[in-house]
Amino acid sequence: MSIQTISTGRRAKDTIVRGLVYLAFAIAVVPLVSVVYLVIKNGAERFDLEFLLHSMRNIGARDAGGGAYHAILGTLEQVALASLMSVPIGILTAIYLVEYGGNGRLANAIRFFVDVMTGIPSVVAGLFILAFWVLYLGQSFSGFAGALALAVLMMPTVVRSAEEMLKLVPSDLREASYALGVPRWRTIVKVVLPTAFTGIITGVMLAVARVTGETAPLLLTVFFTDSINADPFSGPQMGLPLYVFDQAGRPNDTAIDRAWAGALTLILIVMLLNLAARLIARWRSPATGR
Amino acid sequence: MTATLKTRQGGPATSRPAVRRSRADKPFRHLTAAAGVVLLAIMAAIAVFLIAEAIPALYANEGSFLTELIWTPNNSPPAFGIGALAFGTLMSSFLALIMAVPVAVGVALFITHYAPRKLAGALGYIVDLLAAVPSVVYGLWGVIFLVPFMQGPSEFLNEYLGFIPLFSADQVVGRSMLTASIVLAIMILPIIAAISREVFLQVPRMNEEAALALGATRWEMIRMAVLPFGRPGVVSASMLGLGRAMGETIAVALIFPATFDITFGVLGPSGNSIAANIALGFAEAGEVGRGALIASGLVLFIITLLVNMAARMIVVGRSGARK
Repeated sequence: MSIQTISTGRRAKDTIVRGLVYLAFAIAVVPLVSVVYLVIKNGAERFDLEFLLHSMRNIGARDAGGGAYHAILGTLEQVALASLMSVPIGILTAIYLVEYGGNGRLANAIRFFVDVMTGIPSVVAGLFILAFWVLYLGQSFSGFAGALALAVLMMPTVVRSAEEMLKLVPSDLREASYALGVPRWRTIVKVVLPTAFTGIITGVMLAVARVTGETAPLLLTVFFTDSINADPFSGPQMGLPLYVFDQAGRPNDTAIDRAWAGALTLILIVMLLNLAARLIARWRSPATGR
Repeated sequence: MTATLKTRQGGPATSRPAVRRSRADKPFRHLTAAAGVVLLAIMAAIAVFLIAEAIPALYANEGSFLTELIWTPNNSPPAFGIGALAFGTLMSSFLALIMAVPVAVGVALFITHYAPRKLAGALGYIVDLLAAVPSVVYGLWGVIFLVPFMQGPSEFLNEYLGFIPLFSADQVVGRSMLTASIVLAIMILPIIAAISREVFLQVPRMNEEAALALGATRWEMIRMAVLPFGRPGVVSASMLGLGRAMGETIAVALIFPATFDITFGVLGPSGNSIAANIALGFAEAGEVGRGALIASGLVLFIITLLVNMAARMIVVGRSGARK
């Protein structure tokens, strides 16, 4: 051939790297497939109505049966309470950062610490609520205490995603609104927020999905119970992740089966939230010129 | 007052625009600022209350908090030290990092430069799904499936590579530091891969095309154009992953044998971490015991804070990488 070809050594190196890169991706996918396969296979055994509608009350250490109703109920309440606390604060903070703060001192401090806060280990958030709410204020372990810990974990995630979404709102929209004589706060509430709405919802749902699977903060704040406790404000509650942890630590096969079924339920809830968030994001991305 | 609007690339007006004043404007502005201040206050409160609740236990401690290798805060006299736990935390996290970073960079390169363009998005989503699996599920998977599974490979490592101190052990078990580190590596892989992917996507196209035009193979192009540009991003992503690994609790709490010693062998029945110890020791902890756990949590908080701050500094120092 008259065209200069790439030397064998260089071509070999290129091929080897290509192989390594493909291998890396395969290595990353193997654990995911293994986890999902085992959770579905082992979880399906006990994943039935009895599991979903019964608590662990009066279930002996070696008995089969029993379920996670109390844990599912607890998780839903705790996550809902955590969202009620963290979403307003998170979105308001994001509004401040984008609409008012600019590059001011306060705004930059908030931005930096929000970034730092996203890296706080979840167990530390749990310890904080334990130290503050339970030990310092003398409150009891409760679902609400767990919700407080989850809220601490949710806030930075909500702020970051809401900030990104608000930044995407074109300033033309704001200017048009100002030109019509609409005051600034009404512009934010009636023009900016609705434009970014779907994006913000997506971010919130991803944050909810993240904290739904958190175990460590619940362990330190809601404690354990085998009974149904529908009141998150008094007495120990249960959470689904906590339930899986509790059952997985017991030595009997019946408990391990329940742990798998609990894991399956938990993954289903988290994946549904994730999927819904992605669908909303795809269905209506915020109006941008990009 | 000027009527011009200064905008930051597509962003909102930063200078004061000629907007009709409304009586509700000021309260609304203050409300949003207050929300931000609440966030700062929470951050400060975390430090304050952890310190306040840890101090009594530290005073009651009869051993040295920094060097003692036991954890008996519920005995009288109470004695506990962070040494073994801090060692376990750092050891398992660094092992996880060593395993996760090469794979994560490979995954990021695969998605940005090797996978067919149409599939890339979907494949990236699959890797992101790894991050969506709750940590307790990894823990369950680790203790039921991976621990027995690792027995064989661990014995193999011990037999053929036992001359390396890392793989020497008197007794080889599946429930080891190595197994816990593997689970940690799986858990931090998606975050490192996701950030690296973002950084690789920001490599100027011109640089890549210039390299290719000079006759570079794809690997040479990646080595000359992509990796140098992406290095700070990958480093900072790795540090974020490191912070994540150090704070991970439940998955490793289920796997670690919860011993209190310092050994470099990763195949033997030893291993613990600050976070795992909190999860496992909390139920039986008395008053001093809780204080001791909070003190250990404070140490974890400070370590992760430093690691995360360093990671952010690297990203911010190189503007444009922050997405």
